[in-house]
Amino acid sequence: MPQSPVVDPVVRPVAEPVVEVAGLTKSFGGVHALRGVDLTLLPGRIHALVGENGAGKSTLIKVLTGVHTADAGTLRLGGEPIAFTRPADAQAAGISTVYQEVNLVPLLSVAQNVFLGREPRRFGLVDTGAVRRRARELVARLGIDVDVDAQLGRLGLGVQQMVALARAVSVDARVVIMDEPTSSLEPREVETLFGVARTLAASGVAIVFVSHRLGELFALCDDVTVLRDGRTVHAGPMAELDRVGLVSRMLGRAVEDVQRRGATEFGESHARGGAGVQPVLEVSGVSVRNRLHDVSFSVRPGEVVGLGGLLGSGRSETVKAVYGDLPTTAAAVSVEGRPVRTGSVSKALAAGLALLSEDRKAEGIIPDLSVRDNIALAVLPRLSRAGVVSDARIDAVVEVFVRRLQIKASSPRQKVRELSGGNQQKVLLARWLATEPKVFLLDEPTRGIDVGAKREVQSLIDELAAQGLAVVLISSEMEELVEGSDRVVVLRDGHVGAELDGDGLTTSALLSALAGGGQPVGEPPVGNPPAAEVASRG
Amino acid sequence: MAELSTPTPSASAPAAAPAEPGPEPRPRRRLDGEWLRRYGVYVALGLLVAINLVITPNFLTVSNLRLQLVQVSPVLIVALGMAMVIGTGGIDLSVGAVIALSATLIPLYIGYGPLVAILVALAVGVATGALAGTVVARVGVQPIVATLALLVGLRGVANLAGDRIRPIRDPFLRGLGTGTLLGVPYVVVAAVVATVVVWFVLGRTTTGRQLVAVGGNLRAAALAGLPVKRVLTSVYVASGLLAAVAGVLLAARLQAVNSASLGQLAELSAITAVVVGGTPLTGGQVRVLGTVAGALLLQLLSSTLIAQGQSDAVTQLVQAVIVVAAVYVQFGSRRTR
Repeated sequence: MPQSPVVDPVVRPVAEPVVEVAGLTKSFGGVHALRGVDLTLLPGRIHALVGENGAGKSTLIKVLTGVHTADAGTLRLGGEPIAFTRPADAQAAGISTVYQEVNLVPLLSVAQNVFLGREPRRFGLVDTGAVRRRARELVARLGIDVDVDAQLGRLGLGVQQMVALARAVSVDARVVIMDEPTSSLEPREVETLFGVARTLAASGVAIVFVSHRLGELFALCDDVTVLRDGRTVHAGPMAELDRVGLVSRMLGRAVEDVQRRGATEFGESHARGGAGVQPVLEVSGVSVRNRLHDVSFSVRPGEVVGLGGLLGSGRSETVKAVYGDLPTTAAAVSVEGRPVRTGSVSKALAAGLALLSEDRKAEGIIPDLSVRDNIALAVLPRLSRAGVVSDARIDAVVEVFVRRLQIKASSPRQKVRELSGGNQQKVLLARWLATEPKVFLLDEPTRGIDVGAKREVQSLIDELAAQGLAVVLISSEMEELVEGSDRVVVLRDGHVGAELDGDGLTTSALLSALAGGGQPVGEPPVGNPPAAEVASRG
Repeated sequence: MAELSTPTPSASAPAAAPAEPGPEPRPRRRLDGEWLRRYGVYVALGLLVAINLVITPNFLTVSNLRLQLVQVSPVLIVALGMAMVIGTGGIDLSVGAVIALSATLIPLYIGYGPLVAILVALAVGVATGALAGTVVARVGVQPIVATLALLVGLRGVANLAGDRIRPIRDPFLRGLGTGTLLGVPYVVVAAVVATVVVWFVLGRTTTGRQLVAVGGNLRAAALAGLPVKRVLTSVYVASGLLAAVAGVLLAARLQAVNSASLGQLAELSAITAVVVGGTPLTGGQVRVLGTVAGALLLQLLSSTLIAQGQSDAVTQLVQAVIVVAAVYVQFGSRRTR
């Protein structure tokens, strides 16, 4: 059996692989989602599948579960070549999936959910006794403590997730794919779920585990496959990697990378207020249920503060919570010393906050409106008199920003849908700048735009900071974060994990901060890292 | 997995393909589905008028044109409200029942004078609209569900309030229903005024601009600080009010109200006029003139078929074909994008 070249030769399969994927490719309309992925799953092992946004994890899972058909490459199940054309094929072959969101019927009982659609029958009718008996056996075998007659919707999310797992197992699964099962669970529930997963693996099932929480990966998984840009870039036992090694493979860079290499358009440093200047934005103790825990930071006028973190670390949640778009369990946000009521976007806007959302299409542009109407959107009331808009005043504002940001459109009346991604992004920047913000929260401002527009956006950020605007910059690109920011606050699993500035702000320092301070392998805390981990702050 | 924006390792590494190639402003030919969606209704209306000029005797007479306009006016008034609701991505199925309820109240309150009766009728339209809007905007019930409940419930209330056909004997209302202003029936004047007002609200007011923004991208509108709930509530209020206006006009013209049949299926006529007029059901755009043309097209179509001796069944079939064609053009043009 030819092994994939990236697999460490030390790994000797103790048993025949259940699943072997080799050279899988898949593209959607010219965009390559998978460009040659290898994956080997062994029975009785828990396999971590990791990668950042766009690495190809979801596409790979969808191929494995029969949702998509691969363009090229082979898929072997128990040594036999196999191709799924629909999800039912994969299920019949013994591949089950537990998704992030529980896909069950809340009004039915646990037992009914486990056997939904495959109820044991007697005389053509559902054998309710058998349903309950077999559900009870299954639940007991997995060590789940739940009453099978309880209505599912009344149980906690963690228990529901375990019922989903029991359902996945009840079809005699050989492979169970757990796609971010822990993202909305409490730490205690995560522990229990892990116990069930281990029991399941011990019975010989191969488990694929997807999570953004590094601690969980190290705590649970035996093997790991790292995807990047649609390729398998690493495969091997989990124990051979430490956190930094894993993260550097996910992000695709060597640990010894140097600082400030000039890969971006950012200047050396911004006009900085100095430590004595009063911060414009003060954020303290922002918590969002299961997502953010006591996040605090501040931004001075003219300062660009980067928010770093891996996918799922809570970067976007932080700015959304500050902007009032995400309900918080605790929060204190103030702008220029005045407290801002959180949980209200309009209050945040009025206080001088602006948020450029990461998802341009879903949360940014209004596709069928013109460039002009998109720019004027947030300031319409200000450009109106007695509820009647003044087109002359709108045109004046729009003209200023179209010229300043060099928005390329055939006319301000062109629909924003017809513009390129870079110009759409500039339209959105214009929308927020028109509100004359004091603090600009930028979530991935250069994602998905062409190189030229990217440079322009980067120099604009510099320019705005030079004029005294306080900027919070989120970016998945390490150069952008290191070169664009005066200071970087690093988030890990919803906590502030580190803060880097001055000479300490290098890509390698950032890398180890992202990974969790170069912790030794194998003993990271599950779920929430203790407060002691919050190191090197200030 | 459309986005492949992982960072490139370094400047010297082979650069990944730029995420978004292509020219800056994309010039596009307009003679496609988009054009058909926008202007198809005017072409169809023009054709139908031309055909009528040839085959229908006395088509171009004042009395015939007046009749056509009087008949289309209530439908158009309801359709204008519907167009605003559809512009937010919603739908209002309750308008037919609102017509019935508001009209039913007129004979009951006519004893207090015609103005009081009319005000009560309009107030009921506003109230039911506010109820629908609140349920949609604040409770978060899907528009089709919320207004379907009202469709059934309000018709029931109307039947309870006016349990038989009641005549209206009031000179003011008779004047409203049959009188004219400079030769134009008041009913038609009301439709013209409603059209102008809706056109102004959508084109010139903050609320109108916010309405299409909410319909175009609700999340983006909310993040831009727009009063999304207020905007959503207000379109249902407007739709309820306009339906009540139509109810008053119908009661005045017919001088009798049958709560069980008045306004029956008006919601479907209104939706048809809006969709045929080129307003997408997905929201984000409202075509006021298109809605006017759509209502006229449907009116002219049924009167033409009836004049040609066709049965109601045939008329309904032809209308169905037109609706299917309009929806096909909408979604066809969206897919080619």
